[in-house]
Amino acid sequence: MDFVSLLIGWLSDAAHWAGSDGVPVRVLEHLEYTVISLLIAVVIGFPLGALVGHTGRGGLLLVGAANGLRALPTLGVLTIVVLLAGIGVVPAIAGLVLLAVPPVMAGTYAGIRAVEPIIVDAARGVGMREWKVLASVEVPNAMPLIFGGVRSAALQVVATATVAAYVGLGGLGRYVFDGLAIRDYAQVASGALVVAVLAVVVDLVFIGLQRLVVSPGLAPAKSGKASA
Amino acid sequence: MIEFQAVTKRFDDGTVAVDELNLSVDPGRITVFVGPSGCGKTTSLRMVNRMIDASSGTILVDGKDIRQSDPPLLRRGIGYVIQQAGLFPHRTVLDNVATVPLLSGWDRRKARSRAAELLEIVGLPSELGKRYPAQLSGGQQQRVGVARALAVDPPVLLMDEPFSAVDPVVREGLQDELLRLQDELDKTIVFVTHDIDEAIKLGDKVAVFRTGGKLAQYDKPSELLARPADDFVASFVGRDRGYRALGFLSADGLPVGELASVVLGTPVDQARAALRQGWAVVVDERKHPVGWVSADRLSTVDGLVTEDVLLSGGSLYDVDSGSLRSALDSALSSPSALGVAVDGTGALVGSVTADEVLRALASARDAGEVPQ
Ligand SMILES: Nc1ncnc2c1ncn2[C@@H]1O[C@H](COP(=O)(O)OP(=O)(O)O)[C@@H](O)[C@H]1O
Ligand SMILES: [Mg+2]
Repeated sequence: MDFVSLLIGWLSDAAHWAGSDGVPVRVLEHLEYTVISLLIAVVIGFPLGALVGHTGRGGLLLVGAANGLRALPTLGVLTIVVLLAGIGVVPAIAGLVLLAVPPVMAGTYAGIRAVEPIIVDAARGVGMREWKVLASVEVPNAMPLIFGGVRSAALQVVATATVAAYVGLGGLGRYVFDGLAIRDYAQVASGALVVAVLAVVVDLVFIGLQRLVVSPGLAPAKSGKASA
Repeated sequence: MIEFQAVTKRFDDGTVAVDELNLSVDPGRITVFVGPSGCGKTTSLRMVNRMIDASSGTILVDGKDIRQSDPPLLRRGIGYVIQQAGLFPHRTVLDNVATVPLLSGWDRRKARSRAAELLEIVGLPSELGKRYPAQLSGGQQQRVGVARALAVDPPVLLMDEPFSAVDPVVREGLQDELLRLQDELDKTIVFVTHDIDEAIKLGDKVAVFRTGGKLAQYDKPSELLARPADDFVASFVGRDRGYRALGFLSADGLPVGELASVVLGTPVDQARAALRQGWAVVVDERKHPVGWVSADRLSTVDGLVTEDVLLSGGSLYDVDSGSLRSALDSALSSPSALGVAVDGTGALVGSVTADEVLRALASARDAGEVPQ
């Protein structure tokens, strides 16, 4: 049997779609880890990036920290976290958060820094206080880059949550690691395929969200430009 | 209204941008700060709304030392218009204009309806309110910038080179509009520009700055042209200042001569008979001048006097409001050397000549009306 029919065979087996280790349950588990880690990463990374971006102070430190974190190998991070904190949901999520914070933080910082100074100046000039300048002018104008950061963090977490199964979690990674353990390569490949599909779906959801969150005024080169 | 008392600004790097500025801005008038780039105009302006804090000296707005005001609150009470408008790209035009009312605690509805009213005041169609700044032209953005600054009807308006990024034709329109607006609103306006022509056109008073942040002269535009304080001001004010000074002399009493005129569509032979010294001005049915015909030109055509046979005319001189400068210019720019005089409605009144303008200038001089 060739590889493709192996995949089709595994995925079309109804037994793999039911019960506590069926695909729907595993997908939900996977999404749960993703959403929780991403939320925590946003709660940490967004205010840090926004604050440093607004004040301009500590920018070098922030970019250095983000790059340093990004350079850590995924599996290594998870292993270290687990070695330090033991097997379980919390350490695994902590590892995912560690991976998601840099893109969120760096995207927010870069977005805020990229807002045209004249616009920020105008915001102060009309009498906005500093927090208002940040919340009402800098953040909305930085939204495309902030969102880009969150989106790439989401993709990274979806992919990496697979590895979390290695340290005892559920989710789609179970198929990969359990499959490897019993040399059921159809199961391994199917698990990987479902992760890939999930990543694409998550990305599409983010593209949709981006349309809602980013002001139409920031769309590049809109048509209907007036002449006089 | 605004008082600068020995105001100096020294930046952290040691640059003295404004040096001991003493100046009093008249209420309800347009005061222009003009000077070469880097002479401290922007710094002087921004010290008024505390976008920059003075290093020493005192600034009073409406008799009150601005150091005693909380900067954001102070700024909400002072309109501020900057170059390239600085509109918020993520907000609609209407929401841009509603910014200060909302900051000042107005409810959303009232702020929006005030914003709509302001769009009309600055001459923008209300449907532009729904657009975003990127969808407007430079001139339209600048109007929105003015509307935003006027939203809570502040008594003081600070304008920093608001029109310098738009093309000359649009700029002239915006300047005229500002003067019209000021006629109705009577704001205390401080206007910064590096363009001396703009300064002279807009300013009730003009402060000329020299490099190093020193005030070189503070005067009415006519005085500036007639009596520059020193060589720097004289050279900054420019070459044609004698000619431009005519712009401040009223043309009251300038004799208006008769002028041969024909109506567009007149048969050519009748038009030939109407010429005087070989020329006639052609008017439309409302008596508005549309061009000239000459004996030369008419000798080569028959039929009717149509747009095609016209020689284009020069500038028009308005007998109700024109200055000696506009009278002289109309004579100098006319193909027949006769300036075309019109009334306030644009209808033909008669002619003026350069000789008569110079005679009027001489008698104004004798009467002591020309500053010496
Ligand atoms: N933040 C700043 N730090 C140091 N020097 C400045 C700063 N802002 C302006 N300057 C300097 O102060 C002088 C006056 O600047 P400015 O008021 O902007 O001039 P203008 O508006 O007349 O062109 C210039 O020499 C400029 O380089
Ligand atoms: Mg300037």
